[in-house]
Amino acid sequence: MGGKSSVFDMIGPIMIGPSSSHTAGVVRIARSAIRVLGGRPDHAEITFYNSFARTYEGHSSDRAIIGGLLDFKTDDPRIKQALDLAKEFGLTYNFKSIGNASVYHPNTIKLSLTKGEQKVEIIGESLGGGLINIAELDGFSANFSAQSHTLIIKAKDESGAIAFISSVIAQEKTNIATMSVSRKGKHDVACHVIEMDSGLNPITITYLKSLPWIKELIYIPEIDL
Amino acid sequence: MSYLFESFKGWKKYCEENGANLYDSVIEYEIVQKGKSEKDIWEGLQKAYTVMKDAVETGLREDMTSRSGMINNGAKKVYNHPVSVLSPEFQRLISRALAAKEVNSCMGRVVAAPTAGASGILPGTLYTLQEIHHLSDRKILEGLLVGAGIALIIEEKASLAGAVGGCQAETGSAAAMAAGAMVYCLDGTIEQVFNAVAITIQCMLGLICDPVAGLVEIPCVVRNASAAAIANSSAQIALADVSAVIPVDECIEAMGEIGSSMESKYKETAMGGLAMTLTGQTIAKRVLIRDIEILPDETLPE
Repeated sequence: MGGKSSVFDMIGPIMIGPSSSHTAGVVRIARSAIRVLGGRPDHAEITFYNSFARTYEGHSSDRAIIGGLLDFKTDDPRIKQALDLAKEFGLTYNFKSIGNASVYHPNTIKLSLTKGEQKVEIIGESLGGGLINIAELDGFSANFSAQSHTLIIKAKDESGAIAFISSVIAQEKTNIATMSVSRKGKHDVACHVIEMDSGLNPITITYLKSLPWIKELIYIPEIDL
Repeated sequence: MSYLFESFKGWKKYCEENGANLYDSVIEYEIVQKGKSEKDIWEGLQKAYTVMKDAVETGLREDMTSRSGMINNGAKKVYNHPVSVLSPEFQRLISRALAAKEVNSCMGRVVAAPTAGASGILPGTLYTLQEIHHLSDRKILEGLLVGAGIALIIEEKASLAGAVGGCQAETGSAAAMAAGAMVYCLDGTIEQVFNAVAITIQCMLGLICDPVAGLVEIPCVVRNASAAAIANSSAQIALADVSAVIPVDECIEAMGEIGSSMESKYKETAMGGLAMTLTGQTIAKRVLIRDIEILPDETLPE
């Protein structure tokens, strides 16, 4: 992405008010998180940090985050009733506020989501104008915008892993826009986050998933968040 | 090839050299730079204009009370008031700008044009212009494209964000887009369209962003109405060929210069202006979350 804006950034986006960073961006953080989780959660622990900590209710970011967890799009009028609708969708949640967390961006949200046995923890930043950054994923540094096709791979930290994964992607003539790798420790687990200009074939995903040294693979195709 | 919207001077030159009109060059930009089809662009604009008109009507029909209580059905009261200060048309203009913006404050669906905080200005002005002059939707959509071109240049040379340039960047830019679009729709020349932008910017310069309790409510909602009025006065002046004297590009540069020297307390932080008045602070105390865990200050390695 980047570069010049679109006509539809000037006349748009179409969104639920009141503010692009407090509603649209927050919805997008939640919709990215449930794609990492692989569906709507049963339970969500939601922490609002810094500027968000005091203002989330006044700006209705509480409804926006729950609406996003229910997979409502940024222009879905149901966001206004999201807190009531959560019960119908079987979603329970808790909110918490933490201020003065200087390591985080001013508008940061932590989501700890549970769906059956699955768990995921996401730290998302609302950057303004509805743009977001997923800063962390399960304790790994991630930094993706969820604006393009994104591949997240947790794999054994081995030499040659980065070259191998990028060569598989290159076979599909897919251009890598950004790639970041972070790890817990030497020869432990490394998390690869790759943003691509075009999508991957299902067979490539299946192949990567079948490799014994790849522990977990999440593929999020480009979606209109 | 397409024009990249770096200055008004350049935009005019591009149109003259290529025999393009203002809205053509914006379509061309979107096709070449963003890979959209012309059909998608017109459909997207029609959808945006429909949402704008819906916001106006929703704000005048449904209950518009914000969670803080500061916004409480103002648009309807203005629309139905028996005394018209200027004319019924003016009364409708003001109530429509208020209505669309109240919808935004009350979690309804709006078009951020260019931002959510300024989302009442284009709906209020264009809805009223279309009604008074019996314009086709197509003409209004062309006007929206002209408005988009104006915003692209302001974004390039100054800013559209309150956190960067204060309220002038949001409601000022929206009013400039509206004034330019209106003059275009009333068959103004390129010179007149740009003059309307210049005059509008001159009227909106210096406006700070000082939202009470940090909410997009007070003074944002009434400023959408005043910006709509200023857009109309500027369009009236520009159509009569009264010159802004300071060229439009220089007006935008002045807006950028004022924005960058504006103190941060006046840029959406709710630390100055109306937000720091006695009443503003009392409201903030009531609205803001108090159950909050504050982490201890870290000792930073310096």
